[in-house]
Amino acid sequence: MRRRDFIRTTALVSGAFMVPAFLKPLEAMAMSGLTGYKNLVIIQLSGGNDGLNTIVPYCNDIYFQKRNTIAIKETDVIPLDDMQAFNPNLSALKEIYDQGYMSIINSVGYPNPDRSHFRSMDIWQTASDSNQFLTNGWIGRYLDANCQNIKNPYTAIEVDDTLSLAMKGAKMKAIAVQDPYKLFQTTREPFFKDLVHSQNSEHLNEDNLGYLYKTMIETYSSADYIQNTSKTYKTSAVYPATQFANQLKTVSKFINSGLQTRVYYVSLSGFDTHVGQQGQQGRQLKIYGDAVAAFIKDLKQTNKLDDTLVMTFSEFGRRVEQNASNGTDHGTANNIMLYGGKLKKAGIYNPPPDLSTLDNGDLKYQIDFRDVYATVLDKWLNVDNSLVLNKNFAGLQFI
Amino acid sequence: MKDIKQIKHLFARAGFGMRFEDLRKYKNTSIHKAVKELFENSDNDDPIAVVTQPVDDMMLAKADADTKKKFFQMEREQEKNLNIGWITKMSTTDAILREKMTLFWSNHFSCRDGKAVYIQQLNNIQRANALGNFRTLLIQVSQSPAMLLFLNNQQNHKGHPNENFARELMELFTIGRGNYTEQDVKESARAFTGWGFDKDGTFKMRPFLHDTGVKTFMGKTGNFQGEDIIDIILSKKQTAHFISTKLYKYLVNETPDNTHINAMTDVLFNANYEIKPLLEFVFTADWFYDDKNTGNLIKSPVDFIVGLNRQFYVTYQKPDVLLLFQRALGQELFYPPNVAGWPGGRNWIDSSSLMYRLKIASTVLDQGLIDFTGKTDPEDEAFLATVRNQQHVVNTHVQADPDWDKFFSDIPKDMSKVEIAQFLLEPPLNGTVQNTVNEDNDLKIMVVELVSTPEYQLY
Repeated sequence: MRRRDFIRTTALVSGAFMVPAFLKPLEAMAMSGLTGYKNLVIIQLSGGNDGLNTIVPYCNDIYFQKRNTIAIKETDVIPLDDMQAFNPNLSALKEIYDQGYMSIINSVGYPNPDRSHFRSMDIWQTASDSNQFLTNGWIGRYLDANCQNIKNPYTAIEVDDTLSLAMKGAKMKAIAVQDPYKLFQTTREPFFKDLVHSQNSEHLNEDNLGYLYKTMIETYSSADYIQNTSKTYKTSAVYPATQFANQLKTVSKFINSGLQTRVYYVSLSGFDTHVGQQGQQGRQLKIYGDAVAAFIKDLKQTNKLDDTLVMTFSEFGRRVEQNASNGTDHGTANNIMLYGGKLKKAGIYNPPPDLSTLDNGDLKYQIDFRDVYATVLDKWLNVDNSLVLNKNFAGLQFI
Repeated sequence: MKDIKQIKHLFARAGFGMRFEDLRKYKNTSIHKAVKELFENSDNDDPIAVVTQPVDDMMLAKADADTKKKFFQMEREQEKNLNIGWITKMSTTDAILREKMTLFWSNHFSCRDGKAVYIQQLNNIQRANALGNFRTLLIQVSQSPAMLLFLNNQQNHKGHPNENFARELMELFTIGRGNYTEQDVKESARAFTGWGFDKDGTFKMRPFLHDTGVKTFMGKTGNFQGEDIIDIILSKKQTAHFISTKLYKYLVNETPDNTHINAMTDVLFNANYEIKPLLEFVFTADWFYDDKNTGNLIKSPVDFIVGLNRQFYVTYQKPDVLLLFQRALGQELFYPPNVAGWPGGRNWIDSSSLMYRLKIASTVLDQGLIDFTGKTDPEDEAFLATVRNQQHVVNTHVQADPDWDKFFSDIPKDMSKVEIAQFLLEPPLNGTVQNTVNEDNDLKIMVVELVSTPEYQLY
């Protein structure tokens, strides 16, 4: 029956394996020093979110001139100060903002910006220069830099089916978990259990076969740890019924159940608004704002907000001038939105983008995104940023 | 049958794995004859002709939302068909060496821009020259609309040089970092000014955009054109070394062996960059068959999928699932991560991609479901933004038909179960796998289990 089970198993899910006890030292080491465990939650808005219609420069004439059909009306915006305002679809975040749990950094980018989605995403995920090709991501390199202490893939979790480049290091990789229960279930796969159960250390050589078995065993260990640590926690907070909100709910469950995970990664796509931007971006921003507001309130309720920093980025902003199809094309600098209970400078961090001095119709960046990363690495994840970013960045003062 | 282990290795590296059908044909063949036949079988360089009509984007800037949506849909459809067209070709062709090398060149000359019709054209250039001359290949690739667009040579004009192409030409396509200066990049970019293509996708040197001034490049001075720059780069033996190193890592071992690579460099350089003599040299070298060079490379997702398709003669009722597999495993053809291509090796393997690999084989061979949402490729965002419901189907029936009858009928009658297992897996069978084999009474179950092991990921 057992073997037949295997080939008749029809569902293909992310999953893991059984391993014998002597290969399971990882869980035993966990569960200490849980208090004060700081989490970073990275939210990626894919497609190039239009920052100018997200955090609206509602008192700037140039904005209205360049976007005569898609500018957010002054009467619709939710003012944050006398220069910038929320898109109305972010209304749920206003309360969070007013409580001092949100910070907005304007004009973040990098020199010689690339307007191709995949290249620019690559640059943001690997933290490379724009003419440099790195094969591992910045969170992956953070894992590498700590690999003396960090041995578990679940130190960084992407709530998704596949793992982003940002999460892959040269030595260490994070783990992708869409659904911890499904992941755990496949550890009951009899054939894989057989296969791994009778492995011995001869397989854990430094060669590629050893690497494959090592990955299997780590996947097993992590699946077991994640499921068993998080299964009893019940989220009481109410989240919107969207997939994105569900992913943040999963992150909350992980954080609140005390998973020893330092970095979480979640993505929301649909921001490449070349056509009919207002409707499309509005829907996506509402999904984003409602979910993040629920998430922040949840963490506040469970006293985890002080230990959590949320960072939202997109691979680029969009051109200042709209196009002929009531949309916007690929641009450059953009804003980064941060949330947390321990923000040093809540509110708007730096001056709004300068719409009068453009570079070929695009915003000029004022802050290198790697200075944002450096701040997070140095002050939140406690690792020297030059170990991860390959050179030292001065960093900022938002935490 | 003494050479069969070697011929199996040859088929693994020069193709997409050996089938029992091939075993019957080659069991009494020498390595030299097998290599000769590999080349003969690859004489055929039929192009892919899936995309016939370019999507007309001339009016796109002014188009209304509906027209744009249709445009994005058509474009996606073409890209999808091209992808499936190539996977299918690799899975069914007899010209396996040519396709394997086309796969190599498509990653060496990584490109993901332009219309599907241009990408198809570039792929066909890489196929036609896969075993030919590297200089010809390089020039045709550099002058293809896809690459002219991707590396901005189309915008490289006299007085406003765009250095993107010149830089990648040296860094990634020919000689490698550390062998040229920033000044070389600037000067050579001037030599490529004016390169472009017309509306039919034909290369055009546009003299009015070309900088006819004197350039100094790698110590030589003259009124250089783009081709002159390429010839100067090729006159450096380091270029042959760079290409040989990359090929060695692709075909032999991820850890470079300088003695072997230097020997390859000599062959390539002395043959004026003819690729065939270099490959013949590698495939007939004793060291190619050393134990340390067998069963030690991690299959790329495409090698994995194509190998499975070929070994079991799989046909797909819904070939779209092939795209799903590629995404789940991290390699979607024509969508490389950047101009440097897929880094390969252990970069292919993380918890989720390994899990998908171990499960995909059984879903293909046993009518499974694939439960995979996955991330959208960044390039699909524009399309996605036009579609309100972005939820993909979560459970997809794989609906694949392996030809088990053919598979079983080709297995030589005198082969034991252990021999069959050793034929399907490149690394030596360890104790566990041996036990599994011994316990299985049903050959089909045994085979499905074997292709669901970590060992099957190696070749």
